[in-house]
Formats: sequence, C-alpha cells, structure tokens
Amino acid sequence: MQFGIFSVSDVTRDPVSGHTPSEAERIDAVVELAAHADQAGLDVFAIGEHHNPPFFDSSPTTLLSFIAARTRRIILSTSVTLMTTNDPVKVAEDYAMLQHLAKGRLDLMLGRGNTVPVYPWFGKDIRKGVHLALENYNLLHRLWREDVVDWNGEFRTPLQGFTSTPRPLEDVPPFVWHGSIRTPEIAEQAAYYGNGFFANHILAPNGNFKPLVDFYRKRYEHYGHGRAQDAVVGLGGHSYIAKRSQDAYTQYRPYFENNPHGIRIPLEDWAQATPTSVGSPQEVIDKTLTFHDLFGDYQRQLWVVDGYGLPQAEVLKQIDLLAEEVVPVLRKEFESRRAPGVPDAPTHASLVRAKYGDGPVRQPRPNPNRGDNTAGTSPYQDSDPATPAVHPSL
Amino acid sequence: MNRATTGAGSGAEIRSVVIISAGVSEPSSSALLADRLAGKTVEFLRERGVEARVARIELRALALDIAKSNVAGFVVDGLRPAVEQLAAADAVIAATPVYKAGISGLFKSFIDVLADDLFIAKPVAVTATAGSARHALIPDEQLRPLFAYLRALVIPTALFAAPEDWSAPALGGRIERAAIELAALVASGVGGTIAAETWSHHDHAFGSAARPRFGDTASAQDVDGAGVDEAGEAADGVGVIDFDSELMRLATGGNARGGGDRRDGNGESHSSGIG
Repeated sequence: MQFGIFSVSDVTRDPVSGHTPSEAERIDAVVELAAHADQAGLDVFAIGEHHNPPFFDSSPTTLLSFIAARTRRIILSTSVTLMTTNDPVKVAEDYAMLQHLAKGRLDLMLGRGNTVPVYPWFGKDIRKGVHLALENYNLLHRLWREDVVDWNGEFRTPLQGFTSTPRPLEDVPPFVWHGSIRTPEIAEQAAYYGNGFFANHILAPNGNFKPLVDFYRKRYEHYGHGRAQDAVVGLGGHSYIAKRSQDAYTQYRPYFENNPHGIRIPLEDWAQATPTSVGSPQEVIDKTLTFHDLFGDYQRQLWVVDGYGLPQAEVLKQIDLLAEEVVPVLRKEFESRRAPGVPDAPTHASLVRAKYGDGPVRQPRPNPNRGDNTAGTSPYQDSDPATPAVHPSL
Repeated sequence: MNRATTGAGSGAEIRSVVIISAGVSEPSSSALLADRLAGKTVEFLRERGVEARVARIELRALALDIAKSNVAGFVVDGLRPAVEQLAAADAVIAATPVYKAGISGLFKSFIDVLADDLFIAKPVAVTATAGSARHALIPDEQLRPLFAYLRALVIPTALFAAPEDWSAPALGGRIERAAIELAALVASGVGGTIAAETWSHHDHAFGSAARPRFGDTASAQDVDGAGVDEAGEAADGVGVIDFDSELMRLATGGNARGGGDRRDGNGESHSSGIG
C-alpha cells in the first residue's frame, strides 16, 4: 500500500495572514514539500498540470525532474497529466525522459482536466474531451511498447515508422493510472489495459466514486488481468490534522472557507458528508479506514495537504503528522485487512521483475545514423529485422 | 436496475404517483391542488384496472438539504430518498406557488440539483397556485419548458388556481381533464416504452438514480449480454452500459470511427497486459 500526497499547484492568498505567495515562492515551497515528504518516508508525491493562474505547474516533467534530483526514495507522479490537450507523442517522450532521470521512480495519473478554456488554448474541442483522452492514451500505450509505430487516428497527424525516444527505462513503461470521477469509458480503458484507476475522491459525497471503482474492478477481471479485488485502485482526499480534534477544525476552518469551489457549508457538515479528513491523527486514521471498508483493498492513498493558502510551515507539519502518526498505523491496519493474494501497486522494480524475471534486461542501443538523422527501419541493435517499419513514400 | 414488468396495463404492479410540492404554508393551496389531481388520477387509473399509490415530496421539509446540495454541487444524503422516489415514479405532479411572477425558488432549486435524466419520458402534470389570476400562464410558461428540458411527457392540460377558482366548479372540471390525461398516459405505459427504447440515445451521468420504468427491456438486450450481466446490472446505480458505443470501442484500443484500429494497417495486435 502506498501513502502519499498530491497537489494541484495552486498559488492562493493565505486568508489568515493576508499574504499571497509569489509564483517563485510557491514553486520553491512545493519542491521543499516534495523533498520533505521523501525524507519523512511517504511513498508518493504527485503534482497536477494547469495552464492558467492561480496555478503554476504548466510543466510537470520539468518540475518533477528537478524534484527527482532532490529526492531519494519517493515515487513521483502526476495528478493529473492532461491526456486531452497534450500531444501523446510529447507525453511519451517527456515522461520517458523523466523516468530515466528519476531512475524509475515515476508513474503517471492521466486525466481530462477540469479547466474548460484550456481546450481552445491548445487547439482542441472540449466536446471531444473523452474521445481525445481515449485515443491519445491508445497511442501513448503503443509508443511505449513498440519501437516503431505506424498510427492513424482522428486527432493528430498520422505517424509512419515513428520511434519515440528515449525508449522507456529498461524498456519498461511507467505504470499508468487513469483518473476519472464519472466516466465509465475511462474506467473501461484502465481495465482493458490492466492499468490502475484513480478516483480523486474530493469534492463529492462519501461513496460517490464507489460505483465507478466497482465497475473498473469488474471490467479488470473481465479482461483477464486478475480478480476484481486485485485491480489497482487509488483514492485521494483532503486532510488536515492537529494533535487535538478541535484545533484541527479551528485551524483549518478559514482555509476551507477560502476554497474556490463555492462550497459554503459548515466544515463539520462537509467533513461528515465527504471523504475530507479533519481531526486528530486517530480521527484521520479512522476516516481512512472507512475508505477501506467501502472500497475494499486498494493500493494508493493520497491526500491534499497544501493549497487553499495554507502557509508552508503548516504544510510541512501536516506531512510530519501524516508520516509519523497516521501512515505507520494505517500501514499496519491495511496490511492486516488485506485479503490473501491482493497485489501492491506496480513499481518500476516490480514491472522489471515481471517482464524479465532473472533474465537480462533490455537496454536499447540505436543502430548507426544513416545520414538522414534516422536509424532506419530497425532502429535498435536488437530490433527484429523480420518486422521492418514502413516509411512514407516520397 | 429495475427489470420492471412489461408494458401497458399489465396491472400487477402498483404504480406510483409522486407529488413535488413547493407550498410552504399549512395547509398549502399548492399541495391541495396537487392532491386533488392525484386523487382523481388514482381514481381514473383504477377504472382502467391499474392500482396506484400517491406519495408527496414536501420541499418545505427539505429546504436546508436543497440549499446545501446547491452549494455543495452534489445531492446530500437528506435528499436521496426524494430522488429515489422520483426515479421510481410512474407519474409526477409538480406543484408550486407563484412568487414574484414566477415559480417558487425552492422548487427550481430542487430541480436544479437533480440529474438531467431523472424525468426522461415520465408523465408529468404541471400545476401552480397564485394570489391573482394574472399569473395563470405560469405553469405553461415556466414549468412546461422546464420539464421539456428534462424530456418529460407533460400532459396537455396545465392546472392553475387563483383564490376565486377554489369556489368555482370549473376548477373541478379542469382537474378532471388533467387527471384523465395523466391516467391515460400512465396506463398506456408509453412513457416506459419510450424511456426503455431511447435510453441509450440519451446522455446519462454515471451513477444517476434514473432508470427507465415499465418498458420492455429492449435497450438492455441490445448491448453485449455478458457485459451487462457482469458490470452494468450489478454495479449500484450503473444502469445499462452500452459496451458497443463509439467511446467504448475507443476505450478498448479501437477506432472511434468504427473501423477497429485493432485490425488497421499495422498488423500489431494490442497486448492488454502490463509491461
């Protein structure tokens, strides 16, 4: 079971102090909190992708590669990588590069995003949002698994004889989670490929995501990847912890009320009606265990601990409280509840083991440049000459 | 989902007539008008050999939950029984007072938080009461388009009552006319048939409580049988998932344009495994 944090990279005025961090301050703060989470022993740090103020993270691979250099153990992920407006070819390239630099400490969570105007900014049509997410992933999946790809789809220029470089680290693509809050087609795609499914588990009532997660589990089994209970499920959630329950509510209240979603109901009602976890470490432990009660064994639990203008010192304290008082207990509790045979979330190491066993690991080495800046129909020294790619006729 | 009995007038199942009343006084004239229509409708249904029961959703009692749902962006627990009642309703009577020359804000706020597919092809009667006859077209001009948006089957007669109407026999005549229309529509089962046969042509929010009522199960049989049994039917509130839609083909490595990219050109079979 992986426990970690995810952020949307918002730059928000602190409603208590009145201070609005600069983008520069906030970028440094997020790097610091990722490093802090690594040192504290959390398993995952994930960051969102946005292309408009008040968010800063328009370039998650740049940010995460810097964080990869500053961290040792923590898995880096995205919450989410936009699979609608990004070119899947560039996603394949950028994240394979990041996977190399992070030495495999990388997976991706893919989603459609929630910002309507972002579509036209990138020349896309929001009415085709689901189509884009599905088709783009179909291509990404192949670019990471086939050295040479011929491809023809609805939304981007066709590809002939295209090789996405660098090839994934040790020829094992990063594990992918498909994120969705309401779209069965996305859950179906996750199930079809045997990928993970992540429900952000925020801004909705308790149990809201259960039908979609159950649907994904059933379809995962339908496609023969394992039992429904073995499907790879991740959940999110907001959290705020203080040693004493009443302090948690008092301290968090002005930040919660500073939320940009238009939620204007009392924090107590909100925490009761939704997966938001507020209270003492024990209360947050108990709340998280209700997720297990409802969803069954799952593989990844992430919390939003920054945002809404919370000051950096407080955010770092939240990470300490999670890592010292909440996660150790949850590790034991989840382990003791886990049904026999239910797997952990795949990591680079486990995927390498699954692919190669004790055998040699593939390290693609290109054939010589032919003079036209390509390595020809068999781009790598171990490419199978029996399956040459077809190049466009000139 | 509800595998209901088939079609018109099979009679075995008790039909449900649900009143949505936004009246706030006690007694409420809006509720009174709706009750009279409901009573007559049950009477006419019985004449046609169809048993029916009336339930009333009092929005007055749900005002706080309606307000919370509006600002929370989802239906809070307190409203769920009402949503379930509407999903299971065979006919709905909408009853609102007229305030400031319009339908009650409470009524509209309630409708605002409901799923778009909750009223598809459901027989609906629209009714309103007001302090002056000058508001007589409110049900036609405001409720009818609202339920048209929700793709309900609104009966031809809209009911309206101003204070002077309560002592006029003509109101009784109009109630009777509306009740005949509503009872005929419910007894025919045509709404259920339309809903069942067009269900897959509508957009449905995943997990919506909405489902077709009393149609045959043609739409369920249209889709991949195994898929429905394994996933669609079993998951709570999933309804019928069409696994042969354009998007579902795309989700499973295919081509949205129907070609099946799995067979296209490259000769690659799509592995569906990890790694």
